[in-house]
Amino acid sequence: METDTTIPTAGAPLTEDGVRDDHARGTEGGEDGVWEELVTSALLGTDRRVPARLAGLPGTDLPGALLDAAALHTVRRRAGLRPGPAAPPPEPAPEDHRLPLPGAARRRLDQLLAGRTAPSPAGRRGAAPDLTELLPQWLALANERGYQAPAAALPALLDAARARTDLRPQALRLAGPRGLWLARLKPEWRFALRGAGAGSSLPDPGDQDGVRALWDEGLFAERVALLGAVRTEDPAAGLTLLASTWSAERAEDRLMFLDSLRTGLSGTDEEFLEEALGDRSRNVRATAAELLSALPASALAGRMAGRAVTCVGLDRTAESPTITVEAPHECDSAMQRDGLAATPPAGRGERSWWLGQLVEAAPLSCWPPRFGGRAPEEIVALPVADDWQAELHAAWCRAAVRQRDAAWSRALLGSPATPPATGPGTSSLAERAQLLSTLPPEERACWVGSFIAAHGLSEAFQLLGVCEVPWAEPLGGAVIDALDIAREAGSYPWSFSGVMGLAERCLAPEAARQLESLTARPEEAEDISPGAGGYWSEAFQRLVSTLRLREAMRAELTAPAR
Amino acid sequence: MGVRWTAEQVLALAPDDASRRAGSKLGTAGPWSGRGSGEGAVWGLCKGSGRVPYRTVVDTTGPAYLCECPSRKFPCKHALGLLLLQASDGTESEETAAPDWAGRWLAARRARAGSAARQTGGGDADGPADPEAARRRAERRAARITSGAEELEQRLADLLRGGLAAAEQRGYGLWEETAARMVDAQAPGLAGRVRELGAIPGSGPGWPVRLLEECALAHLLDRAWLTADRLPAPFATTVRTRVGLPAPVDGVPVRDHWLVLAQYDAADARLTTRRIWLHGAASGRTALLLSFGAAGRAPRLALPVGAVLDGELTPHAGSGQLRAEPGEQFVPVEGPAAAPPGGPVGAALDAYGRALREDPWLDSWPVTLSGVVPARAEYGWQLADADGREALPLTPAAQSRPGLWRLVALSGGAPVTVFGECGHRGFTPLAAWSPQTPGETVPLI
Repeated sequence: METDTTIPTAGAPLTEDGVRDDHARGTEGGEDGVWEELVTSALLGTDRRVPARLAGLPGTDLPGALLDAAALHTVRRRAGLRPGPAAPPPEPAPEDHRLPLPGAARRRLDQLLAGRTAPSPAGRRGAAPDLTELLPQWLALANERGYQAPAAALPALLDAARARTDLRPQALRLAGPRGLWLARLKPEWRFALRGAGAGSSLPDPGDQDGVRALWDEGLFAERVALLGAVRTEDPAAGLTLLASTWSAERAEDRLMFLDSLRTGLSGTDEEFLEEALGDRSRNVRATAAELLSALPASALAGRMAGRAVTCVGLDRTAESPTITVEAPHECDSAMQRDGLAATPPAGRGERSWWLGQLVEAAPLSCWPPRFGGRAPEEIVALPVADDWQAELHAAWCRAAVRQRDAAWSRALLGSPATPPATGPGTSSLAERAQLLSTLPPEERACWVGSFIAAHGLSEAFQLLGVCEVPWAEPLGGAVIDALDIAREAGSYPWSFSGVMGLAERCLAPEAARQLESLTARPEEAEDISPGAGGYWSEAFQRLVSTLRLREAMRAELTAPAR
Repeated sequence: MGVRWTAEQVLALAPDDASRRAGSKLGTAGPWSGRGSGEGAVWGLCKGSGRVPYRTVVDTTGPAYLCECPSRKFPCKHALGLLLLQASDGTESEETAAPDWAGRWLAARRARAGSAARQTGGGDADGPADPEAARRRAERRAARITSGAEELEQRLADLLRGGLAAAEQRGYGLWEETAARMVDAQAPGLAGRVRELGAIPGSGPGWPVRLLEECALAHLLDRAWLTADRLPAPFATTVRTRVGLPAPVDGVPVRDHWLVLAQYDAADARLTTRRIWLHGAASGRTALLLSFGAAGRAPRLALPVGAVLDGELTPHAGSGQLRAEPGEQFVPVEGPAAAPPGGPVGAALDAYGRALREDPWLDSWPVTLSGVVPARAEYGWQLADADGREALPLTPAAQSRPGLWRLVALSGGAPVTVFGECGHRGFTPLAAWSPQTPGETVPLI
């Protein structure tokens, strides 16, 4: 039963029962009447109101006699209390068939949840690990291993999920069906019943009737989650589901549903997307065009390629081959139907805006033939006439990210040893991080490792964020070496607190051995910032103890359940 | 001694949330050096903010703690961290010999424990130095209490004559002054009662009834004290204890495996009172340990909820007394920590009713409910018998505690076993067990 919060009303939770064998009922007027009379008398004062049963006593004895009677009544009432009627019990929580957590892991969860509310001590972080930062990893790992949360930990888990939205998906998944059951009983936890929490009540994607029923009758959030789940399992079935009701959906819902097709996008979706280019809503049209352009073999990609190659070409007459750019002169209705936005944002010229969008949406495969069979590295290295280089390379970067093209990403990133400002492609670290994310994980780790070895840590934060956890070698070693160099250079560790925090979460636990020697407090040298050595040793201690803790956490979750 | 405490048990020892968190932070190898354990003790050096690390040692058989840090918390975060670290050591570590600084303290402590045990065994040989002087002191105090009780009687009579409504207008000051007079009369039990009277007029609807009830019970205690010499001996002891005289600890010691059911603190402006409920598997007894700390300080005694401890308890004198004193040695033992046997909600109220015959001033009585389901009624949460007929409401205070939600989560709508205090205000749940994990005590406070 889904009880809503009830407003507590004055009720008699315990019943009073004077007629028990061992408590004879008062003789005259009933117990309740006598008691009320005593209370009235006490409230007004015996000088003003004398209880009937005490009439005739001298005034000086009245208070004592009243208290005697009241004491008798009080103890008798308390001794005779009986239970009240039972309210209907809540509907039982659904069964959770996942494994119970091993004992050590359960205690660790309690510890992490208790540490969650710990305020960071002002200023310095000390040598102890930051437990709050480890909770997301712990939750992800526990979910991966298929464990259920211990029932008694559910309130703390829901509280944690309520306070930190980034924890919600994993925390709610661990909380499972009983967590949702509990969340219905307390208004503060209602958040769990929306969106992310709906995941665990979805029908199995293979259950066609269940899927159909929820798709036809479910709430919007449930339907989005359902479509996502079906799409992950069987992309074609997801498309069929969406197509079946497409024309009847509201515009803003269509946008969200269309976005779900990103998962498992393939050529079979093209026809549907091509039709969506004619949608009434501009946002739906733009999203359909974006999805199509990520399919290099699509008709839209072909049209874009046709337009793009007329704008960008090779001038063979120059001393060395040079790329020339002739930006489009108009943005016609066909271009707009293919998703180009005609109006540039304030401060940008129309023609360069159109060019950027064209190149971004054109398949990268159209460029090597255009440039005489050159490979991406060679194309990126060509000079560009008339200051178009920044515009053109930026558009290629966006295209490489959108099309997940590793070869072009590699070309645009260039050598990690080249100083960021003079490299090809882009000098923006955010864009570089995006390009990196299209490379295979080992290559990513190698590139970032070499980048750090060449340029240190000051610009590495964003790049480190896209590397796979735990950091593979040589990346881990490069970070540790760079930290060691920073220490010897006399910096203070808090200049690197961002990287330090990442390292605590992402370094492979085995790195603890390499770090051990750095935790020693060094002799204070003349040329080093005062006290820095001590702070560094503390920071490395924290790093080592966090790595050890993560190793222990992992081991605890691997242990067989009792 | 091979038994180590679990992290949960260690965290349950912490005097408050802040030290629980601080202790957790120190429960990693980082700041520690020179750690070791052996013969029921754990020790180590913890690097703090100072130049020299703090030396920390814990005697887990006590438990007793020694740490060089200046913290007034007890146990301090270093002791907690040390125990947590030991709890998380995956494998049984080698027993080692204690370093000198730890060994000296342990040896001294255990020598004291040994001599205390001998003294208890040797009867009253070590009584007060001058029994005659002690008797005179006791008489003087009794006389003071008598004059205090008479004065309280007078004030209650004045109050009733003028009416409780008038008392509401005069406010809290009147009661504070009377309470101070009771402190002067060396009757802390009466003083506490009077202070509570002062809080009732502001306690919401129905206060005149509650005020009359409590005034009547204060009056009953006054009358009982003034006629104590004519009361049966065990009841007279109860009266003396209620008034605030220390109860003699002269019961027959009970050795048992005691399960720690609950530990919680109540603090007022003057004193922190820690209550620890224990249940003995073999004796079937429920016992209450009290420990006190000055305002803002955690009491010294701390036991981990859910642990089973082998040791001796000596009950206090008096009728229906639950209170007991622990012996020096309290050793954790492995083994099942099953819930005490329980009954339906009706039996719990019966037990409270029976206990009132021995001590009419009892506000509640420790009981275990078995097969009960937390359910929500119009007035709030209750614990209902599984057959869905009768239910006990939770006390208003328990309705808003976080532990309520642990209880609801543990139950999931199915019957559970719950230990708590059952009284005239309702039921206060303190610990629970689910049928799925019957050996695991879930603390609710």
